[in-house]
Amino acid sequence: MSDERTPILETRKLGITFGGLVAVSDFNIKIFKGELVGLIGPNGAGKTTVFNMLTGVYKPTEGSVLLDGQVLNGKKTHQFVAAGVARTFQNIRLFKQMTVLENVLVAFTKDIHYGMLDSLFRTPRYWKTEKELKTKALDLLSIFHLEDKADYIAANLPYGQQRKLEIARALATDMKLLLLDEPAAGMNPTETAELLDCINAIRNRFGIAILLIEHDMSLVMNVCERIQVIDYGVTIAKGLPEEIAKNPKVIAAYLGQ
Amino acid sequence: MIKNRTLQGYILNTLVIAVLLIVFSFVKEAFGKAGDFKLIIAPSIWQCCYLIILAASLNMTLGFLGQLSLGHCGFMAIGAYAAALISLAAERAGVFSDKSGPAFILVLVGCILIAGVLAAIVGLLVGIPALRLKGDYLAIITLGFGMIIVNIINNLPFAGQEGLALGSASASLYKNGLGFGTALKVTYIWVALAVTMISVAMMFMYVRSKYGRAIRAIRDDEIAASASGINTAFYKVFTFAYSAFFAGVAGALYACSNATLSTASFAFANGGILNSTFVVVMVVLGGMGSLTGSIVAAIIMFIVNYQIKNGVWVKLLPLWLQNIFAFPMLVYAVILIIVIMFRPKGIFGIYELSLRNFFSDMKRQRQNRLAQKQESKEALNNE
Repeated sequence: MSDERTPILETRKLGITFGGLVAVSDFNIKIFKGELVGLIGPNGAGKTTVFNMLTGVYKPTEGSVLLDGQVLNGKKTHQFVAAGVARTFQNIRLFKQMTVLENVLVAFTKDIHYGMLDSLFRTPRYWKTEKELKTKALDLLSIFHLEDKADYIAANLPYGQQRKLEIARALATDMKLLLLDEPAAGMNPTETAELLDCINAIRNRFGIAILLIEHDMSLVMNVCERIQVIDYGVTIAKGLPEEIAKNPKVIAAYLGQ
Repeated sequence: MIKNRTLQGYILNTLVIAVLLIVFSFVKEAFGKAGDFKLIIAPSIWQCCYLIILAASLNMTLGFLGQLSLGHCGFMAIGAYAAALISLAAERAGVFSDKSGPAFILVLVGCILIAGVLAAIVGLLVGIPALRLKGDYLAIITLGFGMIIVNIINNLPFAGQEGLALGSASASLYKNGLGFGTALKVTYIWVALAVTMISVAMMFMYVRSKYGRAIRAIRDDEIAASASGINTAFYKVFTFAYSAFFAGVAGALYACSNATLSTASFAFANGGILNSTFVVVMVVLGGMGSLTGSIVAAIIMFIVNYQIKNGVWVKLLPLWLQNIFAFPMLVYAVILIIVIMFRPKGIFGIYELSLRNFFSDMKRQRQNRLAQKQESKEALNNE
């Protein structure tokens, strides 16, 4: 690893306390372009809290988040997205009453330059933008084989496809770093294998960095290049998948001593 | 045959509206001077017009943005009083003397626009603090703001509690301002129709653009919306102000169709037709998230309200029922309960009534829905 490159994501001594409870402390991570890093830990270890700090949902009480060398502390969620962080959620959060296509189109909103007058008078600029975005959205959906379901209401999709749609929506924000919060939760082995293909396809096509929270160890061990383990908000191990699998601290955290 | 489906829709809608207007103008010519048209139908159209704008504008916050606002009539009151006071001032300044001619039209259009803009500004001021809250808290605070607005107008030295007729504006709206009598209501009926059509079109264009997509996303899931890069605070406040603008426009039409204004008619719990709960009932009945639904529901609720008060058949009912009808709020409450029990989505749900779809794809849509249902059933079985 060449540490001269600027990492896509870097956190320095990131920590948060809720009242007196230290949820996460001294969390340091560096992710470079094109890397896929896994974040694992037992239930309640603080993984999702880390995600929430990386997307501006929670304000960290100490430390800082840097994206491409730019400090993002104190910014709002949509500003994090504008800077290039996109995420999916542990419990799927789609726009349930909107169509599959609209779900993706929503994520383009921040890059749409037509204004109020363009939409009121339906100027050529409006039509052109909308047409381009539709093509772009269908293109994105085709990666996940959802293009023929573009007109479906999102809530009517089967579970596995809802997960995929959520990833497609995250990709539409044109990000540098993708945070996946338990993408394989509730999926059967076939669906998980499909998801694995998708994740690899995304990486090859977009060359982005991915940070992944997952409980499915086979998935984590298969795709992640590096793994970081946290327990009770404290990093207990970092390293290659093989090292992590043998690490006695990790085994103790998962199985008890 | 025109291939572009959007263009098809535009042409079809324009044609239908044109045909309706031509038929209407014939009707107006034929019956314009007859009693029933002048005394009942023309005033009813005026009333329907501002109710349609009011319901559609509340649907923007309630149906599309998903925020329950109970103070919508407050914005309407601002629009009504602004339009009335400006028209009275213009009359006093001698801009127009009798209610005709281009000068009066100019004043009329100006009044409607300024009414909207003022309501939007107040909407912005109310929205910035209020929209930090959600659900019940937002409902309470908007309810409060609605009352505050009415009370402020009550205590303005130039607006007065007695309404403009007796207040210190000291001039009758009917005589000197915007207020139209029955004959003028027939003459200027195109104003009501044009303002309604333009307002509804503007709201349609809004909800069918990136703004509409963004606010529906906020309605469905605010956290996911902000994680998709939407500045939720901006879109919420902006939409709130935009919907207040049209409430103000509706208020201006209200001022046109009344001889006097009284703040009591905009109060939260007045027994008449204009209170914020009545508007909420219209939106829920039509379907939260369907502008065409709001239009249909506004007309239905107007007819219900009119029939309860004036219907001949009411006299034939047993006395206890007639007594209930003396309190129309009870009837609206029953309607709301029935709607929520049997069709919680409202008449249209989130679908828009579209002439193009109505003619061409009813069949296709039904097939799609069936296929979709089948598939989700299969998916459930697989899991």
